[in-house]
Amino acid sequence: MVTLSRAVEFSTSLRYAKAGLSDAENHARFGDRARQHGHNYRLELTVCGAVDPVTGMVTDLKDIQAVLDREVMDRFDHRDLNCDTPFFEKLVPSPENFVRVLRELLVAALPPEVRLARLRLQPDADTWVEWIEPEQAP
Amino acid sequence: MIELTRRYCFPAAHVLARDDFSDADNRRLYGKCANPGGHGHNYAVEVTVRGPVDADTGEVMGRSQLDALVSERVVARFGHRLLNEDPLFDGRVPTAENIAHAIYVALEAPTARLGTARLVGVRVHETRKNSFAYREAS
Repeated sequence: MVTLSRAVEFSTSLRYAKAGLSDAENHARFGDRARQHGHNYRLELTVCGAVDPVTGMVTDLKDIQAVLDREVMDRFDHRDLNCDTPFFEKLVPSPENFVRVLRELLVAALPPEVRLARLRLQPDADTWVEWIEPEQAP
Repeated sequence: MIELTRRYCFPAAHVLARDDFSDADNRRLYGKCANPGGHGHNYAVEVTVRGPVDADTGEVMGRSQLDALVSERVVARFGHRLLNEDPLFDGRVPTAENIAHAIYVALEAPTARLGTARLVGVRVHETRKNSFAYREAS
């Protein structure tokens, strides 16, 4: 079993807001993050699989990149998480919640020869969250 | 399962030498790191916690709470100091391995008091080329 990691970077705006709360109430709860702001996110996808004896590869990296382009870049790059995506109507777009959204999107889209192992989402150089897939029986 | 990691930096000095070894033996064991006058590094410490995502805040742990804790217990304690003089290194050479463990010990109980997240790992970067991680066996 070998793991393969591929990263993408995208630029996205967001604000922390709970539905039904006023701007003042959101600011009291979330501070500066209740204002619209943005990050250069870095997402590192790690998948695992068996090495194909013919190609010497776990999967074709182009296929992984195509999934990242379709599921991540096209949906989120130069967009606003609150206004331009349907995922954060009830959830605050914290990195913890965002990585869970990304996990659902990617698991459904990965090529069959690989499975998700880890997903690291980095909103800035000094902060990251990591989804770690529970070990599965082979 | 989601882990949150934050990175913190502090500059500090150390000498790698055992009190019960001769200067020559320390020199043989630790090389230039045994220089009695000491030397220093810009340490970068990655602190990783794991826990349930709070439904209200969307977070495993509040960043400002973790920042305040690490500032007090690690950055203020070790920054601009000679690590050999800290009681955590009584009878213990402040190698990066031991620094990672000492930081873990210093943070474990106070992290648990902050809420539901638990400390799971500390990684110490001593230079851009060396890093050392301490993790409790899960």
